[in-house]
Amino acid sequence: MASLVPCPHCGQRPKEEFTIKGAALTRPAAGAEAADWFDYVYLRDNPRGAYEEYWHHTSGCRRWIVVTRDTVTHDVAASRDAADRARSEART
Amino acid sequence: MSSYRLPKGGLVDREAPLSFTFDGRPLRGFAGDTLASALLANGQMLVGRSFKYHRPRGILTAGAAEPNALVTVGSGGRTEPNTRATMQELYEGLEAQSQNRWPSLDFDIGALNGLLSPFLGAGFYYKTFMWPAPLWEKFYEPFIRKAAGLGKASYEADPDSYEKSWAHCDLLVIGAGPTGLAAALTAGRAGARVILVDEGVQPGGSLLFDTAMIDGKAAADFARAASAELQSMPNVRLMMRTTAFGWYDGNVFGAVERVQKHVRDPAPHLPVERLWRIVARHALLATGAEERPLVFGGNDRPGVMMASAMRAYLNRYRVAPGRATAIFTTDDSGYALARDLEAAHVDVVAIVDSRSSAGVDYRGKARLIREAVVCGTKGRKAISAIEVHRGGRTETIAVDALAMAGGFSPIIHLACHRGGKPAWSAEKAAFLAPDGLKGLDVAGAAAATTDLAACLAEGATRAKAIVTEFGLSCPPVVLPKVEGDEGRHTAKPLWSIPGVKGKAFVDFQNDVHLKDIGLAVREGYSHVELAKRYTTNGMATDQGKLSNVNAIGLIAKARGVSPVEVGTTTFRPFYTPVSFGALTGAHTGHHFQPVRKSPLHDWAKKHGAVFVETGLWYRSSWFPRTGERTWRESVDREVLNVRKNAGLCDVSMLGKIEISGRDAAEFLNRVYCNAFLKLPVGRARYGLMLREDGMIYDDGTTSRLEENRFFMTTTTAYAAGVMNHLEFCAQALWPELDVRLASITDQWAQMAIAGPKARTILQRIVDEDISDAAFPFLAAKEVSLFGGALHGCLFRISFSGELAYELAVPAGYGVSVADALMDAGKDHGIMPYGVETLSVLRIEKGHVTHNEINGTVVPADLGFGKMVSATKSDFIGKAMLQREGLAASDRPQLVGVMPLDPSQSFRSGAHVLATGAAATLENDQGYVTSSAYSPHLGSTIGLALVKNGSSRHGEEVMVWDGLHGESSPARLCNPVFFDPQNQRLHV
Repeated sequence: MASLVPCPHCGQRPKEEFTIKGAALTRPAAGAEAADWFDYVYLRDNPRGAYEEYWHHTSGCRRWIVVTRDTVTHDVAASRDAADRARSEART
Repeated sequence: MSSYRLPKGGLVDREAPLSFTFDGRPLRGFAGDTLASALLANGQMLVGRSFKYHRPRGILTAGAAEPNALVTVGSGGRTEPNTRATMQELYEGLEAQSQNRWPSLDFDIGALNGLLSPFLGAGFYYKTFMWPAPLWEKFYEPFIRKAAGLGKASYEADPDSYEKSWAHCDLLVIGAGPTGLAAALTAGRAGARVILVDEGVQPGGSLLFDTAMIDGKAAADFARAASAELQSMPNVRLMMRTTAFGWYDGNVFGAVERVQKHVRDPAPHLPVERLWRIVARHALLATGAEERPLVFGGNDRPGVMMASAMRAYLNRYRVAPGRATAIFTTDDSGYALARDLEAAHVDVVAIVDSRSSAGVDYRGKARLIREAVVCGTKGRKAISAIEVHRGGRTETIAVDALAMAGGFSPIIHLACHRGGKPAWSAEKAAFLAPDGLKGLDVAGAAAATTDLAACLAEGATRAKAIVTEFGLSCPPVVLPKVEGDEGRHTAKPLWSIPGVKGKAFVDFQNDVHLKDIGLAVREGYSHVELAKRYTTNGMATDQGKLSNVNAIGLIAKARGVSPVEVGTTTFRPFYTPVSFGALTGAHTGHHFQPVRKSPLHDWAKKHGAVFVETGLWYRSSWFPRTGERTWRESVDREVLNVRKNAGLCDVSMLGKIEISGRDAAEFLNRVYCNAFLKLPVGRARYGLMLREDGMIYDDGTTSRLEENRFFMTTTTAYAAGVMNHLEFCAQALWPELDVRLASITDQWAQMAIAGPKARTILQRIVDEDISDAAFPFLAAKEVSLFGGALHGCLFRISFSGELAYELAVPAGYGVSVADALMDAGKDHGIMPYGVETLSVLRIEKGHVTHNEINGTVVPADLGFGKMVSATKSDFIGKAMLQREGLAASDRPQLVGVMPLDPSQSFRSGAHVLATGAAATLENDQGYVTSSAYSPHLGSTIGLALVKNGSSRHGEEVMVWDGLHGESSPARLCNPVFFDPQNQRLHV
């Protein structure tokens, strides 16, 4: 019926404005092992608790964000722009 | 004997009489009445028939929990079945009909079910309708369907409008009874943004029928003064007739406001209901408590009523329950009712108290029978006597009304909507809201606080604590002085009653009685969730508001455990039924979904186009001419004309994305499987986009208009998806690339001009030289039109296989440019053509669409294997495309197919079998993805995905269509049926 997703750019917005893609996995490097690619494309965890997901603010600012959502309570612990996360991962 | 209106007093407006009808009978009530109070005032105690046994039923409650008094209100498209008479405000001209009876409420054939009751116990349909199996569809199911349900929905469209809205507040107070009013006043005075919602017509809740004095004022006057003060505060919003029905993630509450359910002719500029989503920093649940029925024989006879409801009808509506009333109580609240009845000169015959002593000193005239229970009732369509069981003896007392006071259960539904389980408190003898809720507090009777002064105090102090947390300074809370409160001292629950005679109902709406619960436990369905399904206790529109706690108590007793071990069933939204209209809001009829019309829509319409809906788009399908009798005649003409002269087709709905930035070419190189880095400026290229699993996602042409600016087209269906995907790639995968994306689908009107005379026609409006030398196949550039009056983009690309161009012009100029081209082509035989012709032309050329790109094909399957770059280090899909299985020789591959006999045809979806093979899954070779009649070949032609198809050209097969019972011998062939050397492209 209702719930809110915090967008780092637009604030709390109704979930109907968003599209969910699923687990926010890091894309393997071009030359990665086949097994890494299989994991990336097909394997998903199903954790009870915190889970990082890609959400797209499709009917809003059109930014992709990484939302840390609790799969039990649906509480959102964090949300950040996907580009910021990708850049910080590239640095580490 | 029956209920009647007292001559004066109450909160009804006796100066405003209203007429209404019940089952066609004209009756009178007053403004301020509910339908229920007005029916009682008219002595109408029988208002409906029960679900299973068709027993006569009356009005049991005065509120949202009503299980019996369900009526159909209104007529035509405004028919509203299962309306609770206790919640329906009376209005002039209201039409109400009783339900679940035939031929009439008084004489109901269905009551014969009562005689069958030994066979209709819990789970009877699991046992009765087991065999023989063939009877299920023919007999049992129709029988059950006919018997199921109460009111009948209308088949007419709802003429009214609905809307949805959002609201935001610091504190949401749910319930405007004493606790809620005290909370809202405290928070409002502190300056917090407060929303106070209540399902009733006026604020006050129990204060509207309480006889206590607050600060020297009558309780109802206190409520009126509080509401006036709240309404004067700009930071407080008081929403009456609004039911908060659910608590959702992010502290969002769902509520439905009945804006015009209390008028006969709703004003057309207002919705009849409004669905609210209320975002609250914090909420206070002040929903009060529900009185529990007592489970004795015949507790469902009209005239038996909840004690608090009887008090509400008496004090608020001034309706007396009868001339000789008895009260069966397990707590002190029965005495407050007795006092009020006697004060109104209504005779109380007996007070039957299950306890040995009471907390109040009763000095009225009624006979007080202690340590006794009512074990049965007598009467046909209304109660005529009670049977009182005391010390092993049973006495019959004549009455015409009976109140039952079984103690109170806090209304905690919303507090449990987000997964929390209620906790049984032995001390309070009640299920309480779960501990540790975030963003929601529970106060007052909803937290099992019993007396009025404590409720007022609790509302105020909780609100103060909440707003203080927000950093607001709260003036000191001054608690009002309460006098004459009878309180509602906690009752020791009386789950089962000794000496029960006849059917003792636990769930009135579902006709679940005492024995059903026992049967469920004996047959192994003693888990509370199983017992619910087995007996249907707690189902249907009231969701067990009155019955659940009693059922749990009875199960606990039967199992010999405490209610804490039984637990409750799961609480889910909605608290009370919400209409589909409210949930749909404005999204109905032609507002159901947006309509997308091409900028060339009016041009196509002018030329007589027949439109087809594809997604949200209206596309011109074909353009019939006078004398053409079938669509095929029009399409054949259009097809032949494109190949002979020229045609103009609206392709504006193709997705268009502008890609710019220093790394735009690198970006394209990574999202397409073929190379884009070295695409020269001024050239277009066909691109294949893969998914990360290696399958083709979408295709289209992309043109390099400047060094760092590209114009991408996508298929119509995937336009939005491709845009989302590219944004994902740019933002989440490669934020280091300097690239910007803009959806420009709606900015451009785009038209295909195809056919041998296309250049001649087009050259008349394009200023630049577009000869084959100057503007060869796959050229793409910005052009000047009409001597510099307009600029557009011209692409020499061809879906039809003819000499063809696509011209994009600013959307607003689309119709003028199309008109100019039609004019320029008049002498060259130009005709408009639609998507049907487009489809024939592309099938003749073996060009693929999403019929072929079906999510399971890789480039090689469609003959695009050589396009995939072997040199690029990375692109989306590259890694997974290397999988061995995706290069297997028996993969379905694109192939053409034609019937051996041109007079035969086949359809898309038909399967391909080896000649002579049986039509089995094992023998399936593939299927026809696209088919059309080719006027050039005089035959049906098709594209198909067939195992190893590309090496099987010339092979005879059988095309089999099990759905239509058709099969035709056919031959596999080259998928390019027309001009396989592409000579016509390069003229």
